[in-house]
Amino acid sequence: MREKVAMTPEEVLPARAAVLRAMGVPEGTEPDTRVIGMADQGVAMMTKLAKPVGLVMAISHEEFETVYQGEGRNEPDTPLNQLFPKATQLALYAVTVGDAVSARISKLFDTDDFTVGVALDAAASEAAELAARVAETFYRDYLVRHHRLDSSQATLAFSPGYCGWHISAQRALFARLQPDDIGVRLNPSCLMAPLKSISGVIVAGPKEIFEFEDDFPFCSDCRTRECRERLENVRNQ
Amino acid sequence: MEILQQISERLQKGDAAAVGELTGAAIEQQLAPKRILDDGLLAGMAVIGDKFKRHEIFLPDVLLAAKAMYAGLDLLRPLMIEEGIPTVGKVVLGTVQGDLHDIGKNLVGIMLKGAGFEVVDLGKDVAPERFLDAAEESGAGIIGMSALLTTTMPTMKKVIDLARERGLFGKVRFLIGGAPVSADYAKEIGADAYCFDGVKAVECAKAFTKAS
Repeated sequence: MREKVAMTPEEVLPARAAVLRAMGVPEGTEPDTRVIGMADQGVAMMTKLAKPVGLVMAISHEEFETVYQGEGRNEPDTPLNQLFPKATQLALYAVTVGDAVSARISKLFDTDDFTVGVALDAAASEAAELAARVAETFYRDYLVRHHRLDSSQATLAFSPGYCGWHISAQRALFARLQPDDIGVRLNPSCLMAPLKSISGVIVAGPKEIFEFEDDFPFCSDCRTRECRERLENVRNQ
Repeated sequence: MEILQQISERLQKGDAAAVGELTGAAIEQQLAPKRILDDGLLAGMAVIGDKFKRHEIFLPDVLLAAKAMYAGLDLLRPLMIEEGIPTVGKVVLGTVQGDLHDIGKNLVGIMLKGAGFEVVDLGKDVAPERFLDAAEESGAGIIGMSALLTTTMPTMKKVIDLARERGLFGKVRFLIGGAPVSADYAKEIGADAYCFDGVKAVECAKAFTKAS
């Protein structure tokens, strides 16, 4: 299975609170009305410029082992290393919100319109995350339609560069998935273009396999600990 | 002087229009441009920096204040050039070769300008020798490098090693920043400081400029 995932800008429209958070305004804070205006402007601009699209491709455990190992630079143990052997299904994915957004962000900074630039950057980052969730839902729906996922199971996505999975594994991932079909390319430094793109693997399996503590050695360097929120979402699937 | 206090206060409120008007009025009153800069604009940005460090305000508030700062600076700049008034210091900034992330670097540049520094922004994907060439050409005493990938951060070491080869190590200070970078990494590669945000970058740049 290898399918493009069509998306509309509305499907990846981030909530104002999420954009404010991405702009550095902590939750529970009452921002100035101008700051709220900045966030709204970022979202409005993103909606006009974004051309979100995704790609999902099923992959066997054996093939994924090769992708996961990449260039052999992963941490010795990682959440994904523990999870994927227990998965019932695996799929590689890539999503992007498109080139136009990144180009506009650069232009805004070039013209010292940095308040809008920061807001658009935040909105686009959140939109890319939402696009990844759309791709994950697409794959989940595909599995349900083909009777390969039921209510006792869930999905969770991982990306190279996080949680001990070395970023250099992007090269193996891109070689296998070939997301240039949707306009996503990888540079020699493993940087994706367009910048607001995400790639990784979607792991599907029984809900109970998706439990891990954030006490790996590399967790101490993590600034977000968003894995806790993601695991909560898995429990609610 | 009341008008300078007003400039500082309106800057802190992010009122770019008012800062522009008041700065124009201060110039008409024939106040010295350096005084308007130091006691009006920079004084206001210093309060903003302190509030940001204490988490009383957040990045968007800082940016609104910076925009107000720019409104005043735009009027003062030609006068300062005419009078030969130097800036606080010069900083070369760039995202290292192979990396295209520049939001963080851009924000550091905004904060440095807001603190009175002249910034030579080389942009993204900057080759190691360009950092040093720019520092030598501009007379900058500080080079700031940004990297957001573990695959690109080794280039920071290349720049510093090249500085050693060219006899610039110790003459130019190196600030580094970006998500995968740390204070330990700065020490490891011989950088002078790791700056986790623009406020820290301004602090370090001021300290290094005073010391030189």
